[in-house]
Amino acid sequence: MKVFVGRGSCGNAAGASEIFSMFEDSGCDVRTVGCVGMCYLEPIVDVQDGDGERRTFVKVDEKVASEIIKMVKGEANNADANSISKEDIDILKAQKRIALLNCGVINPDDIEEYIAQEGYSAVKKAVTEMTPEQVIAEIKVSGLAGRGGAGFPTWFKWNAARNSQNAKKYMICNADEGDPGAFMDRAIIEGDPHVLIEGMMIGAYAIGSDEGIVYVRAEYPLAIIRLEHALNQAREKGILGNNIFGSGFSFDIRIKAGAGAFVCGEETALIASLEGERGMPRLKPPFPAQKGYWGKPSNINNVETFANVPWIIKNGGTAYSVLGTENSKGTKVFALTGKIAKGGLVEVPMGISINDIIFNVGGGIKDGKEFKAVQMGGPSGGCIPKNLGDTQVDYASLAATGAIMGSGGMVVMDETTCMVDMARFFLDFTRKESCGKCTHCRIGTDRMLKILERICDGNGLKGDIETLEELSVHISDGALCALGQTAANPVLTTIRYFRNEYEDHITNKKCTAVQCKPLINFSIDEVKCTGCTICARKCPVGAITGELKKVHTIDTDKCDKCGVCKNICKFDAVEVL
Amino acid sequence: MECNCIKEWKFADPKIDAGLLEPTFEKYVGVEGSLIAVLQKAQDLYGYLPVDLLAYISHRTGIKPSKVIGVVTFYTQFRMNPIGKHLILICQGTACHVNGSADVEAAIRGHIGVNEGEISEDGLFTYNNVACLGCCSLAPAIMIGDKVYGNLTREKTVSILEEIKNKEASE
Ligand SMILES: Cc1cc2nc3c(=O)[nH]c(=O)nc-3n(C[C@H](O)[C@H](O)[C@H](O)COP(=O)(O)O)c2cc1C
Ligand code: FES
Repeated sequence: MKVFVGRGSCGNAAGASEIFSMFEDSGCDVRTVGCVGMCYLEPIVDVQDGDGERRTFVKVDEKVASEIIKMVKGEANNADANSISKEDIDILKAQKRIALLNCGVINPDDIEEYIAQEGYSAVKKAVTEMTPEQVIAEIKVSGLAGRGGAGFPTWFKWNAARNSQNAKKYMICNADEGDPGAFMDRAIIEGDPHVLIEGMMIGAYAIGSDEGIVYVRAEYPLAIIRLEHALNQAREKGILGNNIFGSGFSFDIRIKAGAGAFVCGEETALIASLEGERGMPRLKPPFPAQKGYWGKPSNINNVETFANVPWIIKNGGTAYSVLGTENSKGTKVFALTGKIAKGGLVEVPMGISINDIIFNVGGGIKDGKEFKAVQMGGPSGGCIPKNLGDTQVDYASLAATGAIMGSGGMVVMDETTCMVDMARFFLDFTRKESCGKCTHCRIGTDRMLKILERICDGNGLKGDIETLEELSVHISDGALCALGQTAANPVLTTIRYFRNEYEDHITNKKCTAVQCKPLINFSIDEVKCTGCTICARKCPVGAITGELKKVHTIDTDKCDKCGVCKNICKFDAVEVL
Repeated sequence: MECNCIKEWKFADPKIDAGLLEPTFEKYVGVEGSLIAVLQKAQDLYGYLPVDLLAYISHRTGIKPSKVIGVVTFYTQFRMNPIGKHLILICQGTACHVNGSADVEAAIRGHIGVNEGEISEDGLFTYNNVACLGCCSLAPAIMIGDKVYGNLTREKTVSILEEIKNKEASE
């Protein structure tokens, strides 16, 4: 029997490394696989018997692992208690996996396993049987659009780069994954690095490039290690390098580690960063396809975009285009996070509804709370409220709500999330990440943040909402790059859908979600308090005093309003004023 | 080839052995666009990039000091002050924010007793806020060294720090 342990960064964080060592030490035939995306079930272990039948075990801690070891050795065991439930299998089955096809299935460190899944057959087909024009035509038929945010048709960019005359061209992969709340690019690189390599090879052949670069964010050390290893294996096998598959096409890839700057995900900033400069965007045109890295024609695509390419070449553009909707073709990977019961990565056809994703695939809201809104598109996107839950997930429908598809991060919020605080959070992010080159973005985001801060602090003024709206228009119109142009989206959408919360903060000095600390005070109900002392013992700042069996009190000057006492009190005696 | 000018360079921090950078210079001097790679290597070696080291890098690479400082201050990865033995990255990304990263930061700040970027008195810890660690489904998350810890509460966070402390004490 073979044992497979899911060891992405998230699996490791849940304890997969320790489990892996246990299997290793007990002499099992154990191997690493990437992350299947069911993060709420980590660590996940698969066991394959002699017939190739694979069974999945979830939430495998050391105790469960020892039961599985007994099972592998044919001894009596209790491993079945942690068998994956039918419901969770159905969730996996309901997905349509193209970009994530091999994630969680194959060992990312073994090129042979990728090849066994018909890996590298697409690039072989492309370079030996197709002309570059035919490759581009196939991608055009598929309708594949960029998965990095803007959703620009991939064939169009490739065609522009192909038509740009130059002996030297670059194929660049954007693995900067800056949207906080999105992690599909990390999962793809960690779980199936060869699919990225193959996608880049096909793209490079199409545009006529011999050099590829992957720009990976600094916070992804494991992704860098796995990709480096995969590149070496591909070189050793003669798949990367000179005269690939005897076609005369030559191509190699190197990795560049980012240094921590969100704006470097913007393509002109990314190029500046690759050149060793401060990562500041510049005006377009010229587009990278004309003047990119070192002034040469360059094409930049996102990791997930590339990960779709081998499947399209293998199965044909039409097979891809029948998935999804009229204007948004294929599948998209979403990262479900926040207050969601079953958080993780899911890949579904474009066009299914937000409610479908959250309630059917994601298992609804955590701890039985109420769904309030979902943030899509990260700091450039917007908050979509519950009553728009049947919005179809495609580029146009999302844009109509004021949000965007972005990279596919879906941060789910419940009744305890304050929407004004969320707007403040995003503006704090964009203000910090603004490169400072253009005035509208640099000063505009700062002005908006100051206003949002004072609203959250209970010092909001009449007219603040209108000022925010006015500033939004100016920043969108005046900013140089999409970071500034879209910075106001989270503010505009929260004002649009949750204006009453803003007014509550400004006029009534109230935060109904109980998040804005200056607007709330904790106190202990004299009738309900039994004097059990637990709150006094657990208060991290020592703000609660009282003797055993006597009513306790909170010193509001010391209290940092963390809410620990409220959560811990068994008698519901801590109230929020 | 031995470089004579090394002997003239004195660094305020006696722990900085500039000789360690020689292979990096050999690889990158004259290679266009390699400044970030040189700085990343230097920070790997010394833990931080003090201003006299930056002057030295500028001198050796021929890149203007203003540009070196410009790049160092642009990217959040680079720091010009030393850090504790263990660097804690606290995720303040969207998913972690929604799930309570503020509490995690409060717990860490309270426990190590210093603000962001500073070194705890025992020299063991420094913390930095970062935008996303890519483990958003385990929010709130932190990273210490190369290891990510997820689904944190105040208590869990403190116990992780305690464990590291105990391990250090026993070594
Ligand atoms: C501020 C900003 C940040 C961005 N961050 C990313 C990113 O992290 N990853 C990414 O693939 N694209 C990012 N983009 C989009 C890229 O500029 C570019 O459109 C994309 O990489 C193109 O690839 P695609 O056509 O395959 O989507 C960002 C854009 C902006 C304006
Ligand atoms: S938002 Fe914290 S890990 Fe992504």
